[in-house]
Amino acid sequence: MSIIVGEQTKLAVSGLTGREGSFHGLRNKAYGTDLVAGVTPGKGGQDVEGVPVFDSIEEAVTEAGANTSMIFVPARFAAPAIDEAIESGVETVIAITEGIPVLDMLKTYWKAKEAGVRLIGPNCPGVLSPGKANVGIIPAQFFDPGKIGVVSKSGTLTYQIGNELKQAGEGNSSIVGIGGDPIVGSDFIDILTMYEADPETELIVMVGEIGGDAEERAAEFIASEVSKPVVAYIAGFTAPPGKQMGHAGAIISGSSGTAQAKKDALEAKGVRVGQSPSEAAAIAVEILRGS
Amino acid sequence: MDLLEYQGKQLFAKHGVAVPSGEVAATVDDAVAAAERIGYPCAIKAQVLIGGRGKAGGIKIAKDAGEAREYADAIIGMDIVGPHGEGPFRVDQVWIEGGSDIAAEYYASVILDRGEKKLLAMVSSQGGMDIEAVAAESPEALVKRHIDPTREFDAAAARAIVDAAGLDEDVRDQAAEVLVKLAEVASEEDASLIEVNPLIVTAAREVVALDAKVTIDGNALFRHQDLAEIADTVDDPQEAMAKEKGLTYVKLDGNVGILANGAGLCMSTLDVVAQAGGAPANFLDAGGGSKAEAIVNALEVIVSDQKVTAILFNIFGGITRCDEIAKGIVTASGQLDLGVPLVVRLDGTNSEEGLRILAEADLPNLHQEKTMLDAARRVVELAADGEGV
Repeated sequence: MSIIVGEQTKLAVSGLTGREGSFHGLRNKAYGTDLVAGVTPGKGGQDVEGVPVFDSIEEAVTEAGANTSMIFVPARFAAPAIDEAIESGVETVIAITEGIPVLDMLKTYWKAKEAGVRLIGPNCPGVLSPGKANVGIIPAQFFDPGKIGVVSKSGTLTYQIGNELKQAGEGNSSIVGIGGDPIVGSDFIDILTMYEADPETELIVMVGEIGGDAEERAAEFIASEVSKPVVAYIAGFTAPPGKQMGHAGAIISGSSGTAQAKKDALEAKGVRVGQSPSEAAAIAVEILRGS
Repeated sequence: MDLLEYQGKQLFAKHGVAVPSGEVAATVDDAVAAAERIGYPCAIKAQVLIGGRGKAGGIKIAKDAGEAREYADAIIGMDIVGPHGEGPFRVDQVWIEGGSDIAAEYYASVILDRGEKKLLAMVSSQGGMDIEAVAAESPEALVKRHIDPTREFDAAAARAIVDAAGLDEDVRDQAAEVLVKLAEVASEEDASLIEVNPLIVTAAREVVALDAKVTIDGNALFRHQDLAEIADTVDDPQEAMAKEKGLTYVKLDGNVGILANGAGLCMSTLDVVAQAGGAPANFLDAGGGSKAEAIVNALEVIVSDQKVTAILFNIFGGITRCDEIAKGIVTASGQLDLGVPLVVRLDGTNSEEGLRILAEADLPNLHQEKTMLDAARRVVELAADGEGV
């Protein structure tokens, strides 16, 4: 098993005819993901290296059987594209696009909730289930199949940790990038719930950063609902208050959203927090091997 | 992006929220001239992006031209530190507005609640003080209600909040109307935070926004031309230069220049450098496809900060290939005289090829390290050496 993407995934990529969309969409296909369609309004009937392009996601669902949509549409057009995907009949929407206005996402978030569609992102690297499917921009070479589920707000930091796990001989059930925006479709708690239910996942690594209170909420949830060991890493201890650190959501507001508060909240619930990405990976390996 | 008080008030006025009229001034003479036009008493208020201005001496009431000059002279150019240690913020402008006859001070805000994924409206009858302290001491005095994202936020919904907050009966309709308009500012101007503290009732029983704290979503500036122009005015020379070059850069106050790829890895690099005893000079995310030109640009911005005595280059190549990065570093070294040591850690995609390119180029003052932790320790040592020279 794995979560969100896997052998059952039939992927439609919105923006497949664009530069980024075609590069990553075809990389996902080369990895073994079942890429069934591209979607670009006005370009229906064309193909991208043999992958048929449709005018709408709904057509990709009815004509090509797509069940997962990946959004690679530029920021100012992305929220309507996600909305279209939510209404198209797919089960999962993975939005890679960075820079979507947060109030657009607020509306879109509730549309997804109401429709019962799993939304991942935006501003995320996607989801990889090693050996099965890759939907997004995660470089698959740093991850082997295995027992560790990863959930993260950050891309490169996840690759860093994944690579250290791989060098230590461990692999992953899935790697989920939830995204660095203030409002994302799925939060730590949503993904922790899925890993808890996934028989293949034995340990969960959670990578957080400054801003918001998703890590604090996750700490409470872990204490009451998660039986599997969780190891965390938090970035941004040296970030000054009031400054946005790259990600739209990575900002300390007044005294809330600090890395220290998140670390304290997690440790208070028995979650071990690594000082560095390397230490987090080492702790995960240590717990997994019961030493 | 945070707005200055007067910019926030202009936005309020645009949406029909009553604000005192006033003028902005950047010099003492202009401030006095504005005060003369407005009349006395008038308030002279430091325009900085931080709370706690009053306590720091940044807000004064002038009774005549002599006081206006005295206060404007004291406030313009002063440095204000925020209640959580933010800043210091240098005061470049003051806002001069007519003095208000205050009968009551309330608090009103509309903010994005990230956790609940809804806008949150808050009202209190105890305005004019630190609202976090009010919430801590008497939570019942701060009424909080989420705005239903699927329904219109109308006067009736706003009135229920105002009633719960126990504002004076005769101004509840007015206060509810203000709350509706603040929610309108949020949705129409893409504001993720709007705070009015105090929202006053004047002696004539008018409800007026005496302060304005507004944060605009930077991702939405493409649809707000007027606000985008405000965003283009950046004071810090390095931040201005980075913005012009399209780089994500945040100035910090240490001496170790940092360049990493990805926001998370970059934040993590700052932390690891601090753990090794160093002080980061900046956050700079080189982004995904970091080609030679982007690296030249990034290094230019970093070394233009005179405090920098060593630079750490921390790259984990995913889609970004380390050989491309290495070529970029070699090109940049040819074009720029860095004048400070550069510690490079390259890992990930094509890292061996990248390391070979760097070794062959044999650049002076370039140090390679295999891990993030070793690279952090090395750059901290080199930065300290640089301080001693």
